[in-house]
Amino acid sequence: MIDRVKRNRYLILRRFVQVSVMGFLIGGNAYGWSVLRGDLSFSVLFSTVPLADPFAVLQMFFAGSKIAADLLVGSLLVLGFYGVVAGRSFCSWVCPVNIITDTANRIRRYFGSTLKNNVKIARSTRFWIVALALILSWVFSTAAFELISPVAVIQRGIVYGMGLGGTVALSIFLFDLVVVRNGFCGHICPLGGFYAIQARLSSIRIKHDHRACTLCLDCKPVCPESQVLKIIGKSSGFITRGECTNCGRCVDVCPEKALAFGIRQPFNYRRIR
Amino acid sequence: MATDYQLNRKQFLAKLVQGAGLATVGGVAWSSLLSELKAAPLVLRPPGALEEERFQQQCIKCGLCVSSCPYDTLILAAPGDHNPLGMPYLIPRETPCYLCEDIPCVAACPSGALDETRVQKKENGDGARTWDVSKTRIGVAVIDEENCIATWGIQCDACYRACPYLDRAITLEYSRNDRTGKHAFRLPKIHNDICTGCGLCEHACVTEKAAVYILPRDVALGKVGAGYIKGWDRRDENRLRQVSPDLPEKEGRGKQPAIDYLNDELLLND
Amino acid sequence: MSITRRDFIKITAAVGAAKAVGMSVPSSALSLAKETEKSWNWDKSVCRFCGTGCGIMVATKNDKIVAVKGDPKAPVNRGLNCIKGYFNAKIMYGADRLTEPLLRVNERGEFDKKGRFKPVTWKQAFRVMAEQFKKTYNEFGPTGIGVFGSGQYTVQEGYAMVKLVKGGFRSNNIDPNARHCMASAVAGFIQTFGIDEPAGCYDDIELTDTIVTWGANMAEMHPILWSRVTDRKLSAPDQVKIFNLTTFTNRCSNLADTEILFKPQTDLAIWNYIAREIVYNNPEAIDWEFVKKHTVFATGPVDVGYGMRGNADHPKFAEAEKDTVTKQQSKQVSGREAKTLAYLGYKAGDTITMKNAGGAGKHWMIMFEEFKKALKPYTLEFVAELTKGNPNESLEEYKRKLQKLAQAYIEKDRKVVSFWTMGMNQHTRGTWVNEQAYMVHLLLGKQAQPGNGAFSLTGQPSACGTAREVGTFAHRLPADMVVKNPKHRKRTEKIWKLPEGTLNPKVGSHYTKLLRDIEDGKIRWAWVQVCNPWQNTANANHWIKAAREMDNFIVVSDVYPTVSAKVADLILPSAMIFEKWGAYGNAERRTQHWKQQVTPPGKAMPDIWQAMEFSKHFTVGEVWKERKIDDNLTLPDVRQKARDFGYREDTTLFEILFANPEAKTYAWPDPVGEGFGNTEAEGDKRKVEGFTGYGFFVQKYLWEEYRKFGLGHMHDLADFDTYHKVRGLKWPVVDGKETMWRFNAKYDPYVEKLAPGEPFAFYGPALKALRTGTLQGVESVGSVSLKNKAKIFFRPYMDPPEMPDKNYPFWLSTGRVLEHWHTGTMTMRVPELYRAVPEAVCFMNGKDAKKNRLKDGDLVWVESRRGKVKVRVETRGRNRMPEGMVFIPFFDERVLINKVTLDATCPISKETDFKKCAVKVYKV
Repeated sequence: MIDRVKRNRYLILRRFVQVSVMGFLIGGNAYGWSVLRGDLSFSVLFSTVPLADPFAVLQMFFAGSKIAADLLVGSLLVLGFYGVVAGRSFCSWVCPVNIITDTANRIRRYFGSTLKNNVKIARSTRFWIVALALILSWVFSTAAFELISPVAVIQRGIVYGMGLGGTVALSIFLFDLVVVRNGFCGHICPLGGFYAIQARLSSIRIKHDHRACTLCLDCKPVCPESQVLKIIGKSSGFITRGECTNCGRCVDVCPEKALAFGIRQPFNYRRIR
Repeated sequence: MATDYQLNRKQFLAKLVQGAGLATVGGVAWSSLLSELKAAPLVLRPPGALEEERFQQQCIKCGLCVSSCPYDTLILAAPGDHNPLGMPYLIPRETPCYLCEDIPCVAACPSGALDETRVQKKENGDGARTWDVSKTRIGVAVIDEENCIATWGIQCDACYRACPYLDRAITLEYSRNDRTGKHAFRLPKIHNDICTGCGLCEHACVTEKAAVYILPRDVALGKVGAGYIKGWDRRDENRLRQVSPDLPEKEGRGKQPAIDYLNDELLLND
Repeated sequence: MSITRRDFIKITAAVGAAKAVGMSVPSSALSLAKETEKSWNWDKSVCRFCGTGCGIMVATKNDKIVAVKGDPKAPVNRGLNCIKGYFNAKIMYGADRLTEPLLRVNERGEFDKKGRFKPVTWKQAFRVMAEQFKKTYNEFGPTGIGVFGSGQYTVQEGYAMVKLVKGGFRSNNIDPNARHCMASAVAGFIQTFGIDEPAGCYDDIELTDTIVTWGANMAEMHPILWSRVTDRKLSAPDQVKIFNLTTFTNRCSNLADTEILFKPQTDLAIWNYIAREIVYNNPEAIDWEFVKKHTVFATGPVDVGYGMRGNADHPKFAEAEKDTVTKQQSKQVSGREAKTLAYLGYKAGDTITMKNAGGAGKHWMIMFEEFKKALKPYTLEFVAELTKGNPNESLEEYKRKLQKLAQAYIEKDRKVVSFWTMGMNQHTRGTWVNEQAYMVHLLLGKQAQPGNGAFSLTGQPSACGTAREVGTFAHRLPADMVVKNPKHRKRTEKIWKLPEGTLNPKVGSHYTKLLRDIEDGKIRWAWVQVCNPWQNTANANHWIKAAREMDNFIVVSDVYPTVSAKVADLILPSAMIFEKWGAYGNAERRTQHWKQQVTPPGKAMPDIWQAMEFSKHFTVGEVWKERKIDDNLTLPDVRQKARDFGYREDTTLFEILFANPEAKTYAWPDPVGEGFGNTEAEGDKRKVEGFTGYGFFVQKYLWEEYRKFGLGHMHDLADFDTYHKVRGLKWPVVDGKETMWRFNAKYDPYVEKLAPGEPFAFYGPALKALRTGTLQGVESVGSVSLKNKAKIFFRPYMDPPEMPDKNYPFWLSTGRVLEHWHTGTMTMRVPELYRAVPEAVCFMNGKDAKKNRLKDGDLVWVESRRGKVKVRVETRGRNRMPEGMVFIPFFDERVLINKVTLDATCPISKETDFKKCAVKVYKV
């Protein structure tokens, strides 16, 4: 039991963080708690600190919105936190969609290779969508992705009421399960794409010890962005690609402790490959 | 080498065409979706909201206005509501706006989509701004006279008494009921310069489907144009502010260039 | 023409078949088929709600009321309605309609005061009810039981209950909720004219030039009449003047030319100011010929208390209540009263001992000079200062308004109608202020003439028709007779075929006292009908506790669950207005009948049936024995005499009072009822517990017997069948003609009969022998007869028993809103009305709110010495309060404002003052 907890400690911790964040938001809306009020697009921490979704604010900027001070400060705070410290951790530590796609992925692993990818989508698609979102925001004078974002529908639905949003969650689940492995978070979601772009310089990183590695490769199937694990068994160092969500799943499953969280000096350009 | 180079160039071009094509297809699909999703001509926004186009530009969809509403009037649009997703709106027939004096929804808005200056006034002395909920313009009440039972002579005026600005936003017009010879009609009349669109009237209306209801102001209200100003009303001159003198007349006789008109035989021929 | 469903199917099938084969159908069958295509029937009825008495038509389809329309032929409303009336069709179909008897039982199914409600059969219900009744009756006698009646009883229901309670059970403990509503008007009428109810009629509105509303928010409470007032104003905007006298701005102010906002209670001083203006400054305006011939001057004592319980140390009083309650015994003379009571020698700081609390109604004749002397202090200066209700209005402006008001009354040839309702009736000096209205009108000779008169409007649909005319009050018998008067008892016993001496001569407990008696353990068995005493009576915390915590048995007959039903032990499901035959009498003496339109739902049964079934449980031997009432009164054993009537020891009250040989002469079916059901007479399709009808026309019998009381006694009513042909008639109906203006020889045949040759005769027979005296008291020994005369009373201003002070800084007034009827039992179940006004709010002045850091929508506690409620603040809306006053309507049981109000009453009429008590308001 304890062993099992140990082998899942980051998973448990992530779920705890995800549920707490949503819980505080729900409490803020329904019971007036002041820990965190609003939603993942914008919220206020302890009634003072504004937090804003930087990608949403960027779209608004492109849409021609006058960015209010709270939004500007809030998005810079968030951007600063992820960009300097935590990388793309939003996707695996905060975003509730992650729970859905992780579940789909777990079921997929159960079926193994019998569940084939029916459609091939490039992992770079999300970056195209980021660009498209900004262009369309400009054309339509409204935050273009925010108006259709399944992430927003789900997280807002959890806080303020789902409406028919449950079907969106179900679609994402089924998409990941039967269409493309890690399809939504790993290929399509421009929010993840945005965070991947800004995460390249952050300091909290997965660190690989090449000498301890036995090349069991348990880390690869559990990784939602397995392309980031290129150095496994080859060389020691940090996982540097922005797509890594710092989910810590590889750390959990590594039997040899060849993977661990580490801190890299931020903005160390020489380390970027 | 040359072939390699040509091959690479071909591959590159192919990828470029493919990428551009996919982006165009996705962009067109997304665009048409957007224009559908944005369209909400009858949506009623909270107090202080900017004009719909600008509101959609500005709102970050955080829902703080919704959670700060003490009456649960505001709804954050979810899929299935047929309103732009994530933005606040209200349905007065279900829950009207009770016009809180301190307008918590506007106070909570971080993005400026609910603009506090629209629902504040300057105090005379120090120029400090204070809340003035009477400046709220959610929409405007409209009466379906045929189905308003007061026009039958029923002594209803439920809307009138429900109105927070009664005798100003809704007044009663008295007229004699010639049929009975001894009763009077007491007909509600909306004054849209006062009406906040709070919807308390729509909520109170006792007909099966409300005979008084709130519509967005730009949908419901006519516009006189500034070509004629009431000589007996000094404030009416304010309408002149909207006038931009350089706009040419685009309709009516002026549409057709004179020469074309003159050369046109249409009126002359049988 | 009535056709059954099977006929219908046959005919339509035949028509269809005939058409298909090209046959010709007999034309009579065709027209029948056509008629049934219109699958509903219209019939005439009356609006269920207020005292206006609008005629309506109801549409019935498949045994359901599906629609209503105003009756275009009804003279009151000519086809119009207010929104309550508009929803008459929906009031019966709330989801929580009571459909079976419910009894509190323990796990074994036996009655248990602490048990939970479970459905029982009617048989079980009546068995337990009778058992409990007999237990109490045998131990405590006729005063141990009580019945809460109603101004919303049909005439026949009220009559059946009076007969059962007074004639059968020999108890006078039956009193209607009309006590809360009209008692002061009644006392005013009886003391002034010797007969109850207004002289004039609604046509006064079209005929007058001036309408003055005194504590009458007609725009909301009598909307159809107000629309007539509006029309009158529109017809001659310059000539017609409307004054609205009120303690806060209401919707009447919108139409009024002049709004006079006065301080609560000071209407007493305003009336006297008007009288002083007449007597001192415009003596030529006095119609001396009229005054000398038809009136006398009178006054009465002032040390009469406030109708509260005499014992301030009553164990059930909370400590906080006591300082108000002590004023029932004595009080200090205030600076204001030092002026108004100076004629009795009182000075500020003196103590008035309430020596006449038990005899508040006594009065004596005085000379005009004395009357004039008493009015002296009520100068414009003094009265304006005393009465101005809006602190932000300038005194000069206010004085000008008072002068304008007085001038409107005084102006020669200007016709004036004064309307009032609860503002003047619900008043600790309610009888006085009613009498003051007549004082002004009689002085000017502007009374009992078309377009001229003081006109008391009623609240309830049959406050006049049932509560007052039938006499469901603790002191009354039908047709203005009283239990105290041996001649009246004798006449009643004769009509009811009771042995002489059966009726109890001692006045019973009034409505509020019924509750006080329950709390004191004096009443152990009570039956509540067509009312909601636990929500509508002031100081409700006491009564709720008394009902639940003490050893008693409370039965509530109602159509929906109410607060009263919640505290009851047995709940009986009743039939509603269109589910039974009935009649109502409105504020202009108009009696209107209707027929049963539909079958009641579930096992609900009409109240008359309930009374009759209950009466089966009592025999002569049980109820007509000797009964001790108090040390001075023992009711004789009348069983012996009963034998002379052919009643045996085991004859039941049912057989004597209801199913007697005379009753059975009213056969059912009767031509007047053709095509209509009659649950009491023939049962109905449900056959509730096997009931198939009494076999005779119960309602017609009750009507015809009741009618005997008034015939030739100034209360003549037409026969049953006539009312089913006309749109109501204003009594007295003499020689088939209704009476528009009473006491006026041109319109009222009784004047010629009782005072030949006179133009006027105030012929009411009650209290028409007076002793004479001065302002200070009686001097003569013998009394003078005042035959055919009315009295002009002098009544002074006195403070109410509770006024705002430092701890409780606000006046609290309660009342109604247009959308809801009384305690909301019916209207809160009409979805549209519920949505229109879903909850009671606390109307408050914006400045007061700001001072107390409150804003609209804030939840506040409104607390008095007696209790508190949680309510939302409203500074906008229909009622605009002056600073220092709040208004909270009483329709909303979730805002049970009567937990807060004071149960002080007019000591003469025993009507509670719901308009005044002191409260504090603070944030929750």
